[in-house]
Amino acid sequence: MDNNRRTFLKIAGISAALGLSGGIPLSLQAYTPADVEYVPTKGQITGKRWGMVIDTRKFTKPEDFQRVIEACHQTHNVPDIQGNEEIKWIWTDHFEQVFPSSSNPYLAERYEQQDFLLLCNHCNNPPCVRVCPTKATFQRADGIIMMDFHRCIGCRYCMAGCPYGSRSFNFSDPKPYVQNLNPDFPARMRGVVEKCTFCAARLEQGQMPACVEASNGGLIFGDLSDPDSEIRKVLRENFTVRRKVELGTNPCVFYIV
Amino acid sequence: MFEKALQGDRRYWAWIIFLLAVMGIGSIFYLLQLVNGLTVTGMTRDVSWGFYIAQFTYMVGVAASAVMLVLPFYLHNAKQFSRMVILGEFMAIAAVIVCLGFIVVDLGQPQRLFNVVLHPTPNSILFWDMIVLNGYLLLNIVIGWSNLHAEHKGLSHPKWVKPLVYLSIVWAVSIHTVTAFLYQGLPGRHYWLTAILAARFLSSAFCSGPAILLILALIAKKVAKYDPGEKAVQTLATIITYAMVINVFFFLLEVFTAFYSDIPGHTHTLAYLFTGLHGAGSLVGWMWVMAVCALLSLVLLIPPQFRQKPELLVPGLILLIAATWIDKGLGLVVGGFIPNPFEGITEYAPTIPEIMISVMIYATGLLILTVLWKIAIGVKKETGSA
Repeated sequence: MDNNRRTFLKIAGISAALGLSGGIPLSLQAYTPADVEYVPTKGQITGKRWGMVIDTRKFTKPEDFQRVIEACHQTHNVPDIQGNEEIKWIWTDHFEQVFPSSSNPYLAERYEQQDFLLLCNHCNNPPCVRVCPTKATFQRADGIIMMDFHRCIGCRYCMAGCPYGSRSFNFSDPKPYVQNLNPDFPARMRGVVEKCTFCAARLEQGQMPACVEASNGGLIFGDLSDPDSEIRKVLRENFTVRRKVELGTNPCVFYIV
Repeated sequence: MFEKALQGDRRYWAWIIFLLAVMGIGSIFYLLQLVNGLTVTGMTRDVSWGFYIAQFTYMVGVAASAVMLVLPFYLHNAKQFSRMVILGEFMAIAAVIVCLGFIVVDLGQPQRLFNVVLHPTPNSILFWDMIVLNGYLLLNIVIGWSNLHAEHKGLSHPKWVKPLVYLSIVWAVSIHTVTAFLYQGLPGRHYWLTAILAARFLSSAFCSGPAILLILALIAKKVAKYDPGEKAVQTLATIITYAMVINVFFFLLEVFTAFYSDIPGHTHTLAYLFTGLHGAGSLVGWMWVMAVCALLSLVLLIPPQFRQKPELLVPGLILLIAATWIDKGLGLVVGGFIPNPFEGITEYAPTIPEIMISVMIYATGLLILTVLWKIAIGVKKETGSA
């Protein structure tokens, strides 16, 4: 009897081990960087390295900001939640918050009073992607940092990792806070993180990002790897700054101040 | 052996039923969180990890502390721990389960938990934390249970356990190092961005965990009439004292670096925690209680003639546990988020659901600990092994 039990345990053990060893190659297969899967579709705007220039001289009135923010938030069903649990893809803040290491006590008054647009920097070296335990946030070959709302487990590690505060978490169900739901873009569920995607979905359809379209030339979007692109021309002709370059994340959003 | 957990007097069953009741009440609040989302907590866009993750961080240290018994017992043949080691190993099991519980309740989408396994991501420290925590849990279950089983049968410890024991010593260090790495490598979070964080985690683990173990063992001595042995108590108390001295020293190193360099990012969190910043300072009272508790515990523990008296040792240990818990279970995680990377301050305080869910997880840990210790002490008493 005892011998039988022993034999059974042996067989069970060996089959379990075989099952496990079958599982390892499978899980290794699952580890394929998401950017490999990215294939451009026909008719889309393609680029090797997307970036954005924000010409802050062209944002003078509150309406200039409002138009851009509304265009983005309306397109992407970003809920309007007040308070500390707010969701924002593109927003504004003051100079010392935007460029903490470049602020000084004798700052020109126009900068001190001025608001600056903020959004995900789509860093070349993104800490959020580095820390995500499920690849729910990943970087495409064209530099865009994407969010897979269906894979995100809501651990919020990316929020701790991002030094720019570019990520929001759906503490509650966002749908009741979305006015004029845009049926062309998914609404999120509670418990997942979300962020600006450089309008990857619009690029696929051959359209420029919603904020760029609404900016009246204040935002310039383009391929940083193409020396003849408009964005490179703007970068050549203007002095620009980026946020917190000392952290080595290499942000791809540039500011003309 | 398990039948030993089913035989107990009225006090034992009353304690089990009490813990089950606490777990039941807590689970109602967890249901509330499942239905409404993490909005029932005090966490915000700015302070996106709160009480749950802080408790997880503290309890990883408690789990790692078993090594303070396992290492001297197996590597240095410290016979005085023969009645204590199993208690340490079983406490590690309960503590790791508490850690995993806190991670699960902190997730926005807990039903997707297995995405971490389905999409293994070696570049994420959270992936490695999952590996080391579950590995340590498994190691302690296998080692503790097989050793106890052998003792129960009157046999010597099985040979194959020895390599696992050595592995568990390295592994204990890894669980707290990897947990420190969760915080340590993040740009823009100055309070955590310090190379000494892992060392601080280990030093605080090696004093707080054994202190909790010692208090619990002294309770077991009273309740279950199981004497861990005076020599074991005193050796452990000495280990705890050294670890606490190092822990306080490491913390002071952080204070020096921050304030002598006077780099704003490095001073701001400490200033927020101990004096308040821009009118905000909800943790100031707590942090000073921590400082006083830490100093008093050292006063009671360092002189041998003090810590040899149970009436001074026990308060010393309790003060130490309070100090390390405030430091790690409140200040460290929240302080990492305040001020935020733009010098903004959003204060944080846990809500009642958050606290009740945490109590539920701690009660689960205590239940597991009670059952495991009941079995261990039952076997030890039966075989008369010392």
